[in-house]
Amino acid sequence: MPAVSKGDGMRGLAVFISDIRNCKSKEAEVKRINKELANIRSKFKGDKALDGYSKKKYVCKLLFIFLLGHDIDFGHMEAVNLLSSNKYTEKQIGYLFISVLVNSNSDLIRLINNAIKNDLASRNPTFMNLALHCIANVGSREMAEAFASEIPRILVAGDTMDSVKQSAALCLLRLNRTSPDLVPMGEWTARVVHLLNDQHLGVVTAATSLITTLAQKSPDDFKTSVSLAVTRLSRIVTSASIDLQDYTYYFVAAPWLSVKLLRLLQCYPPPEDTSLRSRLTECLETILNKAQEPPKSKKVQHSNARNAVLFEAISLIIHHDSEPTLLVRACNQLGQFLQHRETNLRYLALESMCTLASSEFSHEAVKTHIETVINALKTERDVSVRQRAVDLLYAMCDRSNARQIVAEMLSYLETADYSIREEIVLKVAILAEKYAVDYTWYVDTILNLIRIAGDYVSEEVWYRVIQIVINRDDVQGYAAKTVFEALQAPACHENLVKVGGYILGEFGNLIAGDPRSSPLVQFNLLHSKFHLCSVPTRALLLSAYIKFINLFPEVKATIQDVLRSDSQLRNADVELQQRAVEYLRLSCIASADTLATVLEEMPAFPERESSILAKLKKKKGPGKLPENVNGSAEEPAASSKPDTACWWTSSPTSRLLLLLLLLLLLLRWRTTCPGEPSSLRPPPFAPRRSDVLLRLLRFICKNNGVLYENQLLQIGLKSEYRQNLGRIYVFYGNKTTSQFLGFSTAVSSSDLNVHAKAVEPVIEGGAQLQQILNIECVTEFCDVPVLHIQFRPPSNVLTPDSVCQSRYGGTLQNIEVKLPVMLNKFFQPTEMTSQDFFQRWKQLGA
Amino acid sequence: MQFMLLFSRQGKLRLQKWYVPLSDKEKKKITRELVQTVLARKPKMCSFLEWRDLKIVYKRYASLYFCCAIEDQDNELITLEIIHRYVELLDKYFGSVCELDIIFNFEKAYFILDEFLLGGEAQETSKKNVLKAIEQADLLQEDTKEAETPRSVLEEIGLT
Repeated sequence: MPAVSKGDGMRGLAVFISDIRNCKSKEAEVKRINKELANIRSKFKGDKALDGYSKKKYVCKLLFIFLLGHDIDFGHMEAVNLLSSNKYTEKQIGYLFISVLVNSNSDLIRLINNAIKNDLASRNPTFMNLALHCIANVGSREMAEAFASEIPRILVAGDTMDSVKQSAALCLLRLNRTSPDLVPMGEWTARVVHLLNDQHLGVVTAATSLITTLAQKSPDDFKTSVSLAVTRLSRIVTSASIDLQDYTYYFVAAPWLSVKLLRLLQCYPPPEDTSLRSRLTECLETILNKAQEPPKSKKVQHSNARNAVLFEAISLIIHHDSEPTLLVRACNQLGQFLQHRETNLRYLALESMCTLASSEFSHEAVKTHIETVINALKTERDVSVRQRAVDLLYAMCDRSNARQIVAEMLSYLETADYSIREEIVLKVAILAEKYAVDYTWYVDTILNLIRIAGDYVSEEVWYRVIQIVINRDDVQGYAAKTVFEALQAPACHENLVKVGGYILGEFGNLIAGDPRSSPLVQFNLLHSKFHLCSVPTRALLLSAYIKFINLFPEVKATIQDVLRSDSQLRNADVELQQRAVEYLRLSCIASADTLATVLEEMPAFPERESSILAKLKKKKGPGKLPENVNGSAEEPAASSKPDTACWWTSSPTSRLLLLLLLLLLLLRWRTTCPGEPSSLRPPPFAPRRSDVLLRLLRFICKNNGVLYENQLLQIGLKSEYRQNLGRIYVFYGNKTTSQFLGFSTAVSSSDLNVHAKAVEPVIEGGAQLQQILNIECVTEFCDVPVLHIQFRPPSNVLTPDSVCQSRYGGTLQNIEVKLPVMLNKFFQPTEMTSQDFFQRWKQLGA
Repeated sequence: MQFMLLFSRQGKLRLQKWYVPLSDKEKKKITRELVQTVLARKPKMCSFLEWRDLKIVYKRYASLYFCCAIEDQDNELITLEIIHRYVELLDKYFGSVCELDIIFNFEKAYFILDEFLLGGEAQETSKKNVLKAIEQADLLQEDTKEAETPRSVLEEIGLT
């Protein structure tokens, strides 16, 4: 027992705790607690003001009750009151209470922040520490708002005590984590970096943690810390064990600080300065060397501390990925650990090696340990270690060892923990596809996967195998055969039925020659599983049946009977019923040719990124995957279901011509302002831009109609086209009752030859003027011609809507309208045989 | 570090320190699940496991499990030593610490933890310095207590 006797603790609290422990049952405990809560409540509400000691005692009791797991809904006020006490212990309990029971009542928060502010300003280091601890423990946004600017000042002030500096650094770290936007970078950042040189190692430790976090937010501000960190690290690493006195932990020099410095260095790339770089390399080599020396103490703490530094150093080496010698040394060191007695070390070695495997320098070195890893997979008792072994096998897999690794993973899958099966399935699928030289192996692997862990084979996996089989002619026969054999097993997984159904439907003809797998046998095999399957599988099987009808006319009658049965035609599920009805009808009325066309073999899928990979990434998070998954030459798309793939999607230029035209016009329309007269006072009620655009677009497919309309004028068009010539009759309608004077038009066009016949300069009120435009198309063009109209309405204009009567009063009107002369007007249909057509069509898509 | 939990072999929580903001409900849920997971592990298994997206480092001392949750990039071995250092501090302070000490002096356990770890990071790794800080605080308490005793006695008698 320390000098301060334990009896100084609140006697009442100890008694209360004993009571609770002596309660024989949960009900008794709850009863005792409620009794105490009632007591405390009355004391708090009582007339007599409680003294500090009692308040402290009761608040502490409340805290204890809360930590037991019961809810506390009062006491915050009293705890906050304790904060303003001068007595250290009362303050302490008050702070402890509010940091454990965080309350979002804004009044309380204000009071708390006030108390903290007072303590921070008190210049009493113990009080300052209490306040800083509280901020670090709670770290709420309100506190960040109140103190985020104050704390950096405390941190770098010259007269702050070391212990306060430590607390301030970590407090700032916490605030930066919860409210990074409220912690501004300022001139204090340079001083914080300087703290790395502090004499007091505790301050250096705290500062390093802070800089590591801040450097991730704004690395440039803290670049200078790299050289300081390296210097510090090499000093520690090369120091004798007596130098650092109390910071030596079981004969290891400042392990925490070393680890933190190494973490800090991982925020930055390898230093460019050569002397700094060589110093760092020396440092790392020393750490690696030390690991080889015999241990100075038998205690596990010594080896843990030493190895902690070693593993962090290895992390840094891997992060830099620039020194091959270091990487190979690291790999060898980890290799030694793979067979260490201690499970912890084996676990960590497997984990670190995973990251090493993705570096090109050390990939080969990692592969040499494959036997050890496989052995670990088989013999380790601890499931977490086995899991790491699987991860490592996945990371180290490449073409040379893919078969072996996949085989091992498959055999592990048979006995694996259920929670990790899906991940292993995904990994096996990815590896099998990526490194398959011979796709028969791939098909076998996936079918094995389904057999062993069918429930965990997600949809992406079996879509993929089907896509690959469809895309590769050479493996189709093999796939059909294998799937046929697999289906004969008495109990096969539904996913296998799906895959089998699809493949036999597409490629069953390849094995139909063999009497053992004749069409009827195939159909019976599939149909025997029919009633065991869920609705989506049955739907797939129905599609397979209609494909059979196409492939094997001899079983048509049998299948039709099945489709005709009530259980299909009147099936409760809409999809099944629809399919049965439609397929039955199709089989009855379609001729053999039509059927063959409709049910032609599925075309190859276009390449796209593997969705299995995406699913794995989603499960594991981005950090875990090796980056070198480039995929084999043909990676089929995975997002479209094989059952419903539409072959339109494989030709990108389909429908695009007209669409392009539309888009082009839309863009042109947006950039200029058509229809808005360019005079200073635009007439009100000018047609809206969108209306004008709409009108123009309507003309793409029609030749006659109203092109433009405003209060004064209406423009209509009638056009006809023949080969490369076009003629437009433009009708200008005067909507007012008086004349238009000075009427003139002009057509501007960049690529077309437009000849406009002259028009009269006067349009009578209510009359229509016709103008003929002759157009010749000589080359492909994008821009439509623009019609410029100019006229002067009379001063006393009487419009149908006499509101704007006075507005016009003789001002010159300038209107610009786009003429709907588009490229498609000059298109002509042509006749060709279907062979020619498809030939050209294919050329388009290439 | 995201949080640290101390619990007995029967699953009773003796200390909980959270370094990330979570609602009470979440904390209870996490505690329940994690306690179950750790208690289910056999003695020879390694001290690390993956749970949700965190790494859990735990060690058993006598009847208490010390369990820390760290992030993916943190160093597991050094966390093991953080646990050990904390146990050493408690041991030095209470003199051969046992679970009862932590139960009856829970507030002291929190204070010691605060001096050692802050915001989830080790703030002072010198055992001497941490203990010195705590001793100083205790002395302050002793001082104020001297002034306290007469008052509390009076109050207990009923004369204020």
